[in-house]
Amino acid sequence: MSQEAAHHGPPTSFLRKYIFSVDHKVIGKQYYGLALAAVFTGMILSWVMRFHLVWPNAAIPGLQWLSKVGAPGGVMTPEYYLSLLTMHGTLMVFFVLTNAPFAAFGNYFLPIQIGAEDMAFPRFNMMSFWVTFAAFVVLMSAFFVPDGPPISGWTAYAPLSAVGSDAGPGLGMGQNLWAISIALFCIASLLGALNFIATTLDLRAKGMTLMRMPISTWAWFITSCIALLAFAVLLPACLLLILDRIAGTSFFVPGGLMISDRLQPHSGGSPLLWQHLFWFFGHPEVYIAILPAMGIVSHILINSMRKPLLSHKVVIGSMLSIGFLSYMVWGHHMFLSGMNPFSALVFSFPTLIITIPATILTLIWLGSLYGSRLQINSASLFALGFISMFVSGGVSGFFLAQPSIDIYLHATYFVVGHFHLVMGVAAIFGIFAGTYFWFPKMSGHMMNETLGKIHFWFTFVGAYCIFMPFHYLGLAGNVRRYSSFVDDYLQPLLPVHKFITIAAFCTGAAQLVFLFNLIYSRFKGAAAPDNPWNATSLEWTIPSPPPWNNFGDKHPVVYHDPYQYGVEGAKEDFTMQDSPERVPVKS
Amino acid sequence: MGRIFAITVVIIAIASAIPIVLHTWAPPEDISTHGHAIDDQMKDTMYEAGLSFLAAQLLLGLFIWQNAGRGKQDKLKTFPGGAKGLVIAALVLVGSEILALGVLGQKAWASVYFAGPDKDAMTIQAQAGQFAFYFRYPGADGKFGGMHPDKIDEGNQNFFGLDPENDVDSRDDIVAGELAVPVNRQINLTLHSKDVGHSFYVRELRLQQDFVPGLDLAVHFTATKPGRYEIVCTQLCGLGHYNMKAYLSVLSQEDFDKWLKERAQ
Repeated sequence: MSQEAAHHGPPTSFLRKYIFSVDHKVIGKQYYGLALAAVFTGMILSWVMRFHLVWPNAAIPGLQWLSKVGAPGGVMTPEYYLSLLTMHGTLMVFFVLTNAPFAAFGNYFLPIQIGAEDMAFPRFNMMSFWVTFAAFVVLMSAFFVPDGPPISGWTAYAPLSAVGSDAGPGLGMGQNLWAISIALFCIASLLGALNFIATTLDLRAKGMTLMRMPISTWAWFITSCIALLAFAVLLPACLLLILDRIAGTSFFVPGGLMISDRLQPHSGGSPLLWQHLFWFFGHPEVYIAILPAMGIVSHILINSMRKPLLSHKVVIGSMLSIGFLSYMVWGHHMFLSGMNPFSALVFSFPTLIITIPATILTLIWLGSLYGSRLQINSASLFALGFISMFVSGGVSGFFLAQPSIDIYLHATYFVVGHFHLVMGVAAIFGIFAGTYFWFPKMSGHMMNETLGKIHFWFTFVGAYCIFMPFHYLGLAGNVRRYSSFVDDYLQPLLPVHKFITIAAFCTGAAQLVFLFNLIYSRFKGAAAPDNPWNATSLEWTIPSPPPWNNFGDKHPVVYHDPYQYGVEGAKEDFTMQDSPERVPVKS
Repeated sequence: MGRIFAITVVIIAIASAIPIVLHTWAPPEDISTHGHAIDDQMKDTMYEAGLSFLAAQLLLGLFIWQNAGRGKQDKLKTFPGGAKGLVIAALVLVGSEILALGVLGQKAWASVYFAGPDKDAMTIQAQAGQFAFYFRYPGADGKFGGMHPDKIDEGNQNFFGLDPENDVDSRDDIVAGELAVPVNRQINLTLHSKDVGHSFYVRELRLQQDFVPGLDLAVHFTATKPGRYEIVCTQLCGLGHYNMKAYLSVLSQEDFDKWLKERAQ
């Protein structure tokens, strides 16, 4: 538990303080800012796509400036729809759902919650962010190449993604940029994950045993273990894809393909190899997005309930088993891919079994609410909303985990509804909860509660209005990734799509309230005390915002479990982790 | 505010369930011999998932209603049975759901994928390419001619790359843009992709299978109701993906023979 590794002096110049900073707090905020840029870009893309789906021939003002070819006169072409779809998915999954709950909050609070001065490798940490930033720039530059962004979706299935521009627009330079961007992102995430693991294992303060770490820290730790293994597979997959594209190799392309009247110069590769490699990353990625949100939400709920969860150990055990099982289920994305049908059973079973730790977590949250002293504020509303969304998105997983039902529901809007609720909305509720909870610590200002509550209500009701009907569309067999609905059987479903589009506009508009609140509170918000929520963990023992070396010159000493709330016989209803007060031991 | 949240969650949960209970948007009538097993499986899952969904949301609403705003004067209580009880409940409830659905329910999957086609099944080949499906019948000799990708010539309607000059088997092959099948006869559909990944999806048949380039796959089915149904592509295949479709015509044996004869000439 040496503090030496993380030790560095205070920043001396503007550049060192705000741009190329090695301070984990600055890097955490940089990740958060990047995620904000990505999430609003991704959201605007979804607006444009939803608009096009229900008014396919209407011009979208300004879209022609983004791409003359993709949207002549502002009316989107089918291929440009797919380009935007690819960018929406890639931005959201990588640059929002991985960056915000894990890289941003993890960077800022993991070292503080364990009582460390910084990450184990501060320079690596700086490098992680800047490589991620480069990945973002490379990805966004795909908007500005002649053919536009790739049209192969965020899953980039080969051979569509591997044979170049013969297969369609955006599959030339656009797809190259995509593959390079994701490869860079993998490198950054691997460095980040290593750093998180080393920090958690080596830099804990005196008395901070593993079981005394807050649940949020546990979640980031488990997530980094998952990320270390997942991105380590996606990175070589991307490199092989790049080789197929520019060096003429055939890892993912078989022989005899006639594309655009041209016999492709490839032979011997396997499209299924890409799918296996991609989903070996892709499924754990779902848990990379949702586990930190689980940790953050647990951390916040406990504070709002003024009592610990029913069992600290069971929660950590459930998260560990979710992390472990996440590696045994990737094939459930491929039930109909042509892999051996017997293997469907092998992948289906662990997928169903993941429901057990997920149910345990849900029941623990619910059971802990019972008999609590629940305080309602923006942070706890989003944390409670997370539980509701996690349940709603989770139950549809029960359908998709079964290969027989997947025959009907695969590639329909049912799947879109499922993953948007469970890894999109639920994870983003975790991010929002975290923001309202930790903003005072990060900025030194309180956020506006009224605006926060307005934001919550529109987002909560709005997200249900958008994503519940997706399930109904899926039950009716509505296929996903269509740029317009020309099939006869889809015509009666168009009113549902209209409803969803309008709901998406309203819910999206509510996010502007959040953005305003964020900026307004940063400058005009009331000054935040050190511990506005009467919380127990170490981040609340230091000033808001914390000094560059977190704990000043003293090293914190930890005496308690992380959540000493409502302990009978204690002086107050909460006892901070570093308080030397002896409290009666319970549980 | 807590009570408003509780009420909202309950309203959302019930409102979400209404279209499901009323079957407002549901799969179309099944026209296959294997589909009812899938439908039953889906119905059972809907009961179990639907009840779990309602129970969890209502409990969330109830506990928030009861506990929001309780202050320091109110006593903290522990859920009866504690974590242990809940873990056991999850293991037993979800465990039995998994056993019931996961193990017993594999029959539906097995009926499509584990048993091969019957000996007298009729083999038809489907080919997917950007952005159309084509179907090939072996003709009178019962044999398909070989495919030569370099001979594919859409201008000359040689979609499969056949070589009738040198290949006798291919001369009587019948190629069509729609999939016609006789009713109540088992069809063994082989799937070949010409270029990138595609998928064959007919809602009414409860059948979906990817076309994988370089890997010829097969599925079998028996259609039980004459009619015309849409075949759509469900694997993102490029700019025309949304418009890639064909029709499945389920015909009486008589009509089917006539249909085939018209095309054989």
